[in-house]
Amino acid sequence: MSTPAILVENVTVHYGEVLALDGASLAVEPARICGLVGMNGSGKSTLFKAIMGMVKPDAGRVLINGEPPAKARKKGGIGYVPQSEDVDWQFPLSVRDVVMMGRYGHQGFTRRPSKADRAAVDLALDRVELSEFAGRQIGQLSGGQKKRAFVARGIAQGATMMLLDEPFAGVDKRSEATITRLLKELAADGCTILVSTHDLHALPQLCDEAVLLMRKVLMHGPPGVVLQPEHLAMAFGLDVLNRDVPDAAVPDAGVSVPGVSNRPGRG
Amino acid sequence: MEFLGLLLEPLGYDFMVRALATTALAAIVCAVLSCWLVLIGWSLMGDAVSHAVLPGVVLAYIAGAPFALGALVFALIAVTLIGVVRSTSRVKEDAAIGIVFTSLFALGLVLISVTPSQTDLNHIIFGNLLGVSVPDLIQVLVLGVVAFAILILKRRDLTLYAFDPTHAHAIGLSPKRLGALLLGLLALTSVVALQTVGVVLVVAMLIIPGATAYLLTDRFSRMLVIAPAISALCSIAGIYLSYYLDTASGAMVVLTQGAAFAVVYLFSPRQGLIGTRLAKSRRKKAAAAAL
Repeated sequence: MSTPAILVENVTVHYGEVLALDGASLAVEPARICGLVGMNGSGKSTLFKAIMGMVKPDAGRVLINGEPPAKARKKGGIGYVPQSEDVDWQFPLSVRDVVMMGRYGHQGFTRRPSKADRAAVDLALDRVELSEFAGRQIGQLSGGQKKRAFVARGIAQGATMMLLDEPFAGVDKRSEATITRLLKELAADGCTILVSTHDLHALPQLCDEAVLLMRKVLMHGPPGVVLQPEHLAMAFGLDVLNRDVPDAAVPDAGVSVPGVSNRPGRG
Repeated sequence: MEFLGLLLEPLGYDFMVRALATTALAAIVCAVLSCWLVLIGWSLMGDAVSHAVLPGVVLAYIAGAPFALGALVFALIAVTLIGVVRSTSRVKEDAAIGIVFTSLFALGLVLISVTPSQTDLNHIIFGNLLGVSVPDLIQVLVLGVVAFAILILKRRDLTLYAFDPTHAHAIGLSPKRLGALLLGLLALTSVVALQTVGVVLVVAMLIIPGATAYLLTDRFSRMLVIAPAISALCSIAGIYLSYYLDTASGAMVVLTQGAAFAVVYLFSPRQGLIGTRLAKSRRKKAAAAAL
């Protein structure tokens, strides 16, 4: 079996007293699109942070293409598309400026852009169909265009892995389709994509696989299976009839779904 | 000709020339730094650090060490204390900042009151623009040029840090180190501006120019030109005004910057309260004329 692009092994993270991740394990093969589903506080952002190495796990480890996250970051392989509410949309930068930030890892001490950098930025803008808006202030784009601008930053960076935090929040239907197509193209080129969302309807069209997260990985399999109501009930703590599901009904983290590889070393 | 005479007259005095040179330099460095401070939302931090360096400066004076060294040490102490109070108690950040910087500032005042000195240390508090000596000028020049050079050379990284620290981390940079660099430069810049307007008013030079430029443009690279230009112009105008009106020079500099902000706030064609309306009605008229 090939080295997984993202390997999360028994990762536990505490914020003070709060347990954010409890022995979460996950393996995503290269060039796959994986949807991360869970409610607020289920540890989606923490899992992202652990993958990027922004929080140190109290236990367990993360490997990116078989290497520690720090090495993967230095290589410039990790692209990140932030959640809309984490961005200051009034910031005085143009779309081109933002995409150029993807090149900083490839540049010298003062990050002076070279011809190659400019060409990479133009290419990335073209790919996400934002060339005509390159000079706009970043906040003067529509919801979907904003997301595409950040995807372009990842493309310009040459990321082999992209993490997207709630990419469909505040995005209209048409832009959603555009983003879905774009991400699928990137995956076809070999980019591994991890999408966190609590917006479930867009997932089946986009993802090759889906993960249910509730501090640990409850389930990992094809979206059609994972997104079935009785499975979602485990992650969201409710079933379709809005009855509270007792804790005892939550299966062990080691649920495995036929047809999906389960990494060794898990229950 | 008369106007030229008014401009040239103060230049006949060496102390005025030194005052103008120091002010212009401090104004430029502070203005460049202010562009990041207002965008990150660190204005209060600028206030805190610029006050908290006071005991450091006094102790450096007593020890005969460079002011900048004492200032840096106390800037670091202030930032650490703020972080500790915020994260280990239920006190929120603004309160933590308020507690730490006023306490350190008070410590500085106490130290001044017990330190016998030939030069009046009170000048540190309100600035002593007209008493800038040649060694003072050289110190400001060296520190100012160093701070300016670092800010300009690392401007792209600092902007990335201000805009999206997570991306900075993702591509292998250290947001922590960039934040620390910015705080260090804040301390250094505070020392530069101490001489001009004094500890109490440094914060004005660290906030107003950036905020003014922010209302005038949508490009950060242009802010980095507009802010120092406005700041230098206002500061020099402020000194001339204080010369002819016989008012406190440091305060006059800040007052001029505040007035410039007010004008931009009202009349900026992009963001101004009145300016945007004027632009709209002009467009309407143009459309009517075209019919």
